[in-house]
Order: sequence, then C-alpha cells, then structure tokens
Amino acid sequence: MPILEGKGVTKYFGGLAAVSRVDFQVEQGEVVGLIGPNGAGKTTLFNLISAAMAPRSGTIRFKDVDITGLRPYKICRMGVARTFQTVKVFPNMPVLNHVTLGSYFGSSAGMSSREALKSALEILEFMGLAAVKATPANDLTLANQKRLEVARALATKPELLLLDEMMAGLNPTEVTQAMELVIKIRDKGITIIMIEHVMKAIMSLCDRIMVLHHGQKIAEGTPQEIATSEKVIKVYLGDKAHAGSK
Amino acid sequence: MDIAKFISHKSFLLGFIFILLIIVATLPLYATRYSIVLLTTIFMYVVLTVSWTIFSGPTGYVSLAPAAFFGAGVYTSALLGFVLPLPAIIVIGALSSACLALLVGALTLRLRGIYFVMFTFGLVELLLHFILWWEVNITGTTGRVVPTVDNTTVYYLMLTILVIVILIAYLIKHSRFGLGLQSIGECEEAAAHTGVNVTVLKITTFAVSAFFMGAAGAIMATRWTYIDPRIAFNPVLSFLPVLMAIFGGMGQLYGPVIGAVIFTYLEEFLITRFPYYYMLIFGVIMVVAIVYLPEGLVGLTQKLWNRISGVKYADP
Repeated sequence: MPILEGKGVTKYFGGLAAVSRVDFQVEQGEVVGLIGPNGAGKTTLFNLISAAMAPRSGTIRFKDVDITGLRPYKICRMGVARTFQTVKVFPNMPVLNHVTLGSYFGSSAGMSSREALKSALEILEFMGLAAVKATPANDLTLANQKRLEVARALATKPELLLLDEMMAGLNPTEVTQAMELVIKIRDKGITIIMIEHVMKAIMSLCDRIMVLHHGQKIAEGTPQEIATSEKVIKVYLGDKAHAGSK
Repeated sequence: MDIAKFISHKSFLLGFIFILLIIVATLPLYATRYSIVLLTTIFMYVVLTVSWTIFSGPTGYVSLAPAAFFGAGVYTSALLGFVLPLPAIIVIGALSSACLALLVGALTLRLRGIYFVMFTFGLVELLLHFILWWEVNITGTTGRVVPTVDNTTVYYLMLTILVIVILIAYLIKHSRFGLGLQSIGECEEAAAHTGVNVTVLKITTFAVSAFFMGAAGAIMATRWTYIDPRIAFNPVLSFLPVLMAIFGGMGQLYGPVIGAVIFTYLEEFLITRFPYYYMLIFGVIMVVAIVYLPEGLVGLTQKLWNRISGVKYADP
C-alpha cells in the first residue's frame, strides 16, 4: 500500500491548467524527487497535497484515507508536514518557539509542555540549530531559516515530509550539509518528496524522480532513467537544433 | 546592578502587584467620591484595552468592534436591569457579547488587513442603526432607563472584572494558545500547516475578548441611568482601546494597562483644565507618541532600563 497516492489530480488557475490529471504513488520510506522547469506545477502539487488549495478534480489518499479537501491543520496532524519555497518562518519568534509550536499543535497526540520542550530541544540538536535557539527567526541566515522550517515540520511528527526547494539559494557547503540532513531524516523512517533544482542533490538522494511539465507528468523513473530520457532533456534544454550543438 | 537585579526579580513584581491590589481594594474607605468614579472609568478602559489586546495584540487583526461588544453588554443591562440581580446581568451581558463575537468571527475572520478593520467597524454602525430602527419602529421609544447602583458597588465590580481579564490575558499569553495566536500574527499560512486550527483559535479568542467587553458594558450602563443606541454603541469606544494599547505598547502585558491608565487620566485632566484646547493638546500628544514611541511607553521604559542596568540585549 503506497503511503501517498494521487489520482487524476487537477488544478486550474483561470483557464490555465497548473496541474493536469496527474497520477502519482509514493511508497513508504522512499525519497521521491519532483522536478520540472519553472511554472511546471511542482509547488502547486505540494499545495494540493498539503491542502493549501483544493484540487478541481481528482483524489489524494494518504495511508489509504482520502484527504482531498481537508483543512491544512488536519493534514498536518495526520502526518504530512511541509516546508515552503519562499521561507515562511515566524519573523519575531525565537527559534525554539517555532519547534514547540509544532509539538503542541502538529501531532494528534497532545503533549505536556515539558515533553514538548524536550522534544523541541532534541529536534534543534538534530537539525544543528541548538546554538541559536533563542534567536528570532528574522536574524538567522537563509540556510538556518530553511533548517528551521524543516525543524518546525519535524516537530509535528510527520510520516511524510514535503521539502520545497530546500537547497535553493544555499552555497555549496550548505548544500552538502542539507543533503546530509535529508539522508538523516530518511533514516528516521520519514518518507520524503522533494522539489529541487539542484541536480546533484536530486540525482544522489532520490530513489525515484517525477518530472512535471506544463502541469503534466511527462516522465517518472530512477535518476539514471531520468538523466538519459530524451523527453526530459528536450524539456530542459530544448531540441538539439535549438540548442545549437552538433 | 544589584538594585536592578532585585527589581526585576519575580517576587518583587508579585509583591508590588499585591500591594497595589490592597490599595485599590481599600480605596473606597477613604478616597473621595470623585476619585472613585474616575477610577471606575479608568478600570473600564483598562478592561477594554486589555481584552482588545488579548485578540488583536498577537494576531495583528485590528478589530474596531469593541464598541459593538460593549454596547451589547449595555443593552443587556437595559433590558434585564429591573428583572435580574446585577451579577447575573453582567454574566448574561458578557455571554451575549461573546455569542455575537462567535457569529461575527465565523463570518469575517477570513477577511484580513484593512477589510477586517472596515467590517468590524461596520458592525458597530450596523448594530447602532439596527437597534435605533427597532426601538423607534417596534418598541416606540429611543432610550431606556437602567436602574442605578451605588458607586462603590460599581467600583468593586469593575475591579473584579479587571483582575479577571488581566489574569486571563496573562494565562493566554503564556500558554500554548498564546503561542498559536502569535504564530497566526507572524505567518498565518505557516501556522495552519504546522497544525494550528487557525479558524477555531481566532474565533474563540475573539469571543473571549468580547466576553470582557460585554461585562464592562453591562456594569457601566448602571452608572448612566439613561441609555440610547448612540450612547451604547459610541464609536469612540472602538478607537480608544486601540489608541491606548498603541500608546502603552503591546510587547508586554502591562503596556496596555499603563497605556489605558495614563491615557484616561490625561483625558480627564485635559478636559477639566483646558476644556477649549483639550482635543488639540490631546491630538498633539497622540501624534508625538506614535511618531517617537513606535513601541509605546513599554518600549521606551525598556530602552531606558537597559541603559540603567547595562544590559545590551534584553531577554524578557
């Protein structure tokens, strides 16, 4: 049984099909990459899964329960957490409070304040943010803000984590660190879907990759298959004639 | 430095609050009638300002509905004044205000920013004119008589509500609900995706805040003996709590309290001393406060305090 399953998921913005009849399946414990050119509908698909928007048609099932059209907080409490493409931290809130908020509200099991604090400190340690726990999120570097988003998401005890361009805007060292984090999170048994433009990360981390283009899924397979797929190369680089080579 | 440490100690603060409570609780025994009446008005504004801050402070949803919730309390008092004892009226007034807030909140809290501000203010006008129309066309009157209660009783009732509202505000601020409210104010979308049921949290807090405004209205009505819709739903009561909260500073709980106390006293002082220039002076003070004290009096005292105690970064 797949942990997440979408059937015919469709979303229109006006007359534009941002996501059009997309089917997908994610197995427990997988790291799935979601790639595609800008405007392909990757973030929209994340918004549909996490219920920031409702799809026009199609169904999304999480652990065999239909979650289409539920409210975002419910989806979060069921075990789907996400980060945002443009960081959405709470600017004036100290780092620690972001994570305790996730512990208090995000998991279906209620937590006492002592448990929440303990679990929050563990997560900050895990994410390498323990040193800045009293700093307001505004004063963090971009890399740390992105880590904070992941920490806040982890605090809700997710089974499925949606990472939206976690590595965009990071320098090479930070990208390497972020890649190590993804591996550590996967080793905790959390299933991951990641949108990413950093190909090095996608190719080495993902078990499977889905490619979106103009809202449609045009390819799916192992990193090796995707890297050699004519169709995908065409989407990214254009036709050979246009690319001007050979 | 040692003195600074001593003053910022928690037991000192608690002792200070305790002494202050004893003073205000025994005041009617020796104070003049005028000061009791003035203090009741001050308490009323503190209640309105603190309950306004409970919701609007952390969430950033600027509500201009206080006059509507206050007026609901006033009208409860007018309708039931000759039927029920005052404590029961206060509870019913508070509850009817809270119910109104639940209804309005469910309809409007998906509005944000200026739209929410406009709607909440529209609510005041709507209720005012609806009740005015009702009284003229259905009951055939405009005003109503409210049974009077002696000044000391009103004073003690208002003081009780004041203590309760400050206690509730403190508890909310330092609980997980306070954290949830703050996350809504900082980034509502992220809060929702972190498991905060933003709609329910907002509506409930809105109702809690309205509860105390209604209670204040039910008490104050007994002091006016005659009320009509224009007195009960006076729009000024929507703006003053906002101004007082800004004036005092919303970063700390005592900010709105200090803001309301100074603001009300200042108003009273200016009206009695400079009846012709009072509005002018008041306006100038307000403009100066907003321009030079963006974080209110609290921000100012904290800055001064840090300078005295030598702390570079305060960690409240």
